[in-house]
Amino acid sequence: MTETLTSAQVPPVAGSASAARTSLWRRLVKNPLGVASLAFLVLVALLAALAPVLAPTDPAVPSAVDVLAPPGGDYLLGADGSGRDILSRLLYASRLSLLGGLLALTVAAALGITSGLVAGYYSRWFETVSSWVAGLLQALPGIVVLLAARAVLGPSIWTSMVIFGILLSPAFYRVVSAAVSGVRHELYVDAARVSGLSDERIIARHVLTVVRAPAIILAAGIAAIVIAIQAGLDFLGLGDPTRPTWGGMLSDAFANIYRAPLMLLWPSLAIGLTCIALALLGNALRDVLERTSTPKKRRRGAAPATVEVRSEPVVVHDELPGTGSGEELLHVDGLSIGYDQPDGSLTTVVEDVDLTVRRGEVHGLVGESGSGKTQTAWSILRLLPPGGRMVSGAIEFEGEDLAKLSEKAMTRLRGRRIAYIPQEPMSNLDPAFSIGHQLTEPMRVALGISRAEAKGRALDLLARVGITDPQRTFAAYPHEISGGMAQRVLIAGAVSCNPDLLIADEPTTALDVTVQAEVLDLLRDLQSEFHMGVLLVTHNFGVVADLCDRVSVMRNGRIVETGPARSIFADPRHAYTRSLFAAVLEDAEPRGELTTVPVATREGAHS
Amino acid sequence: MSDRLLEVEDLVVEYPVKGRRAAPLRVLKDVSVDIRAGECVGLVGESGSGKTTLGRAVLGLAPVTGGSIRYGGRDISHLSRRERRALSADIQVVFQDPYTSLNPAMTIEQILAEPLTVRDVDRAEARRRVRDLLDQVQLPADAGNRLPREFSGGQRQRIAIARALALEPRLIVCDEPVSALDLSTQARVLELFKEIQERTGVAYLFVSHDLAVVRHLSHRVAVMYRGEIVEWGDGDQVTSRPQHPYTQKLLLAAPVPDPVKQQQRRAERRRLLTAQRQAGQPAGALS
Amino acid sequence: MLRRLVSGVVLVGVLSTLAFFLLYAGSGDIARTILGQQATQETVDRLTQQLGLDRPVLSRFGQWVSGAVRGDFGTSWFTSQPVTDAILSRLAVTLSLVIGATVVTAIVAVVLGVLAATRGGVVDRVVQIGSVVAAAVPGFLVAIGLVMVFAISLRIFRPTGYEALADSPTGWLATVTLPVIALSLASIAGVAQQIRGAMLDALRKDYVRTLRSRGLPESRIVYEHVLRNAAGPALSVLGLQFIGLLGGAVIIEQIFAIPGLGQVAVGATARGDIPLVMGLVVVTAVIVVVLNIIVDLLQGWLNPKVRQS
Repeated sequence: MTETLTSAQVPPVAGSASAARTSLWRRLVKNPLGVASLAFLVLVALLAALAPVLAPTDPAVPSAVDVLAPPGGDYLLGADGSGRDILSRLLYASRLSLLGGLLALTVAAALGITSGLVAGYYSRWFETVSSWVAGLLQALPGIVVLLAARAVLGPSIWTSMVIFGILLSPAFYRVVSAAVSGVRHELYVDAARVSGLSDERIIARHVLTVVRAPAIILAAGIAAIVIAIQAGLDFLGLGDPTRPTWGGMLSDAFANIYRAPLMLLWPSLAIGLTCIALALLGNALRDVLERTSTPKKRRRGAAPATVEVRSEPVVVHDELPGTGSGEELLHVDGLSIGYDQPDGSLTTVVEDVDLTVRRGEVHGLVGESGSGKTQTAWSILRLLPPGGRMVSGAIEFEGEDLAKLSEKAMTRLRGRRIAYIPQEPMSNLDPAFSIGHQLTEPMRVALGISRAEAKGRALDLLARVGITDPQRTFAAYPHEISGGMAQRVLIAGAVSCNPDLLIADEPTTALDVTVQAEVLDLLRDLQSEFHMGVLLVTHNFGVVADLCDRVSVMRNGRIVETGPARSIFADPRHAYTRSLFAAVLEDAEPRGELTTVPVATREGAHS
Repeated sequence: MSDRLLEVEDLVVEYPVKGRRAAPLRVLKDVSVDIRAGECVGLVGESGSGKTTLGRAVLGLAPVTGGSIRYGGRDISHLSRRERRALSADIQVVFQDPYTSLNPAMTIEQILAEPLTVRDVDRAEARRRVRDLLDQVQLPADAGNRLPREFSGGQRQRIAIARALALEPRLIVCDEPVSALDLSTQARVLELFKEIQERTGVAYLFVSHDLAVVRHLSHRVAVMYRGEIVEWGDGDQVTSRPQHPYTQKLLLAAPVPDPVKQQQRRAERRRLLTAQRQAGQPAGALS
Repeated sequence: MLRRLVSGVVLVGVLSTLAFFLLYAGSGDIARTILGQQATQETVDRLTQQLGLDRPVLSRFGQWVSGAVRGDFGTSWFTSQPVTDAILSRLAVTLSLVIGATVVTAIVAVVLGVLAATRGGVVDRVVQIGSVVAAAVPGFLVAIGLVMVFAISLRIFRPTGYEALADSPTGWLATVTLPVIALSLASIAGVAQQIRGAMLDALRKDYVRTLRSRGLPESRIVYEHVLRNAAGPALSVLGLQFIGLLGGAVIIEQIFAIPGLGQVAVGATARGDIPLVMGLVVVTAVIVVVLNIIVDLLQGWLNPKVRQS
């Protein structure tokens, strides 16, 4: 019952089907930078296409008298170092630049996408070979290869753009093969295969759709690179000198930098703005495409976005002999938690929750996914995800309201007085640091003890939580230990500074049953040994029955029933609690033997 | 032939391990199990026991390196892709994760019609069948033109069940189909599985880590541990009065939702573990 | 480690072989190209013989390889200078430029990326859009702009020229500042984007919450744990940027008239000086291989999982 941030705060997409399939185009139009870049690129393309009509003069005709003529008069943008009209040259040059760019892009995309699809979907030897070739192509700076090719093949823009396309194809190859091998392991592709779809059909329906977005985004970026490199080659004087190019014009202007500096402006603008427009378009496409096409992977059930506002009285059970008498460690009063939405509104996920944890007592917070139990636990530690905040209420820890503490004071409380055990053991250890470092670092900060002392304590703790070889585990990295062991490490870390209150968020949910039983035993022993108060968040009534003295049942952000565990299990009064108990399969009748073969069974297996 | 719909005999599945000299990873070791028509066979085990791999091998999604899988008397362990596709009308699947088993970019109708259109069912007929399938899994008829993300976990699992039913299969491999669901949703989806089986006579290979879920639905149960079946037989007997030390340990490890009974179970588990330790059995291992 | 070294040597070998055959097969009558159209057939034939071009290509390749492994890449066809000398005398210039730009990139990109990821809001937006634009503008345009503003208008820096670091550290700084800025702008943008993304990813990880729950101060979590985890992917991008900078230097050197490998490369290309081009390809490949080994070592230091495999 993980309440991930997404499931807790993001409301279901409004308007459903129609909104979901609004065309890419319409969404792009709503992005101002995207529209501006697209408009600019269309304009450049139009100017290039219409160059023969628009150009005032022949771009190649020099005029000795008009060398470096200033803008105005016959020459709107002036004349270049050979007295040729800059505007005409600029227009004609854009044809060459754009077509060259398109050629390189087409070659790169065709090669990269096809090989990426094959490598990603079938892998095996083809992937090994193609990845190696891709590595080879990416190993050299493109411009060095282009220079070498120029040395042999001469200054043709088309050949160099084809070669450049080949050099760039690994970019497409990597993106596509990664996306494809990603979907290949998706369950829905397995399901399609089991449904009897052929490979071609699976690629067309399930794989190409995933590749589309990253390939389009990449194409915009690649186009910018092609334009830049092409201009660079021409600037170096290695292009075809007989045809006007942006880079060639820049080179000519650069040679005259002291005499006519303004001349630099026009080709610079053409190259720079085209590259920027392509990059911004790619960025806008990324915003538009990635927001919709990548499935958010969630664990466990989807949560209702908002809590029901309807409030009903909480069913409170009377105290039993021996309960409700200890010192109050934590007292939560009228807690409400909300998430700020992009539109300025607030989505409430926890509403008006009261609960008490006494010293030496285990209080179970039970509920289904989206009930707000994890949010409640995080808010006590003041560790709500970004956007989440306490809207109202008080969280009193030993009489002090945590909501009013400074961040610094709260940091001092965490770990030392209030500790936390998370749900997923593996993801809660930092993969880059050894277990020992992660155990000793907080102890040294919180308790101000030396490295050696912290190490001694950590080794004792590891032994205490049932790890057979503490020295080895201390030196190990998270990926070298099992999930059960990682959870023991996290428990050791939680109790390392002798906390008074322990917040355990589904501490055994990710574990196998046999390991869960061991970890439950460990938690019970540690709780009585340290005489801690424990707030145990769980969805499992078995875990509650095993550990808890007191239970609160949550639904839709509210507590519906609370009281001593024994009396709630013996006499659940709220309809919701009763429905949960009814769903428990533990006492359900076994299915028994297969008696009659149903009528509907067809005769014999067809093959 | 016999009344066995599916017969798995001495099945071995191995995955190659990176590195030239490393021995392949043997995930299944000589596993034998069978399913009768209309029967639900439960497959219980912890993570890494190989239970999911057995399901995938039956579906043709895991490499069979030894032994055989026979369906209706015919060996299906090494079918070509084409032959496998033909078999898809008979053997279907419901996966664990209702979030990744449905393509997020396709509508429910497209998802459900996909297996039909592959078989040249015409559009009108496919549409009629989709409505019928949605009805069978108790989803509203207008669910068809919505996207998977608009549904809750339980509803998505119903859609996955509907997709499996589309071709009227005789066997459905269910890979932990309810373990991602909330308690009350889980109970309702299990009832749906039961109801469909009683109505259509489809057989299930029901893979789960949860002994209680398996007991509730299965006629016969197999318990897996480290790639082997350690106990196999009548569902009631295996899940209530297990013989094998590992199954006994598994049964007692799951906490009962009743403080008094759980206290007893805890004590029982302690006794069992002590006894097993004294008998020299390493934790849970078999003979 | 040994495997990486071997695969690096293989890579250099394959690239040189490919380059050799493509370069020699692609060129037509080399001696004629060198001597021009006016030369008599006799002198052309004599030069062909002198250059050894009349021998079969395989035997020429064998000769080239046997020289290359001893560090002898033949002599230039035009200047008669040994290729190894021509390259080595310029290598330090280009490397000082590229390494300088890489260091600047790493420092500035980390600062910007961390700021964008942790501050969010306007800072983040500015860094994001700014880096998209900066990554797109070709380095030579930036270079020309810098020359216009700082060298020609403001006269703060010299527009052209180069002084070696060993000769005059201040002179070196004065001459490389503008080229390094022009070179590194785009790579700063690329790496900063990567660091921002990787930091945001790492900040969302479960273990960050757990570290906070242990009472570690936020600054320690960000700079020790989050940055360390974000550094891996950023380092890979920095490695690719280094290769890009090596290419970019060719053009930048031309603008600032810096006597580096870029000038050699452009000259050799324009003249068709194939032994020199071959030498350049091999040297670049070796630099790339060494770079990849360094990146791998650093990755291993950052990531314990990589270290063990």
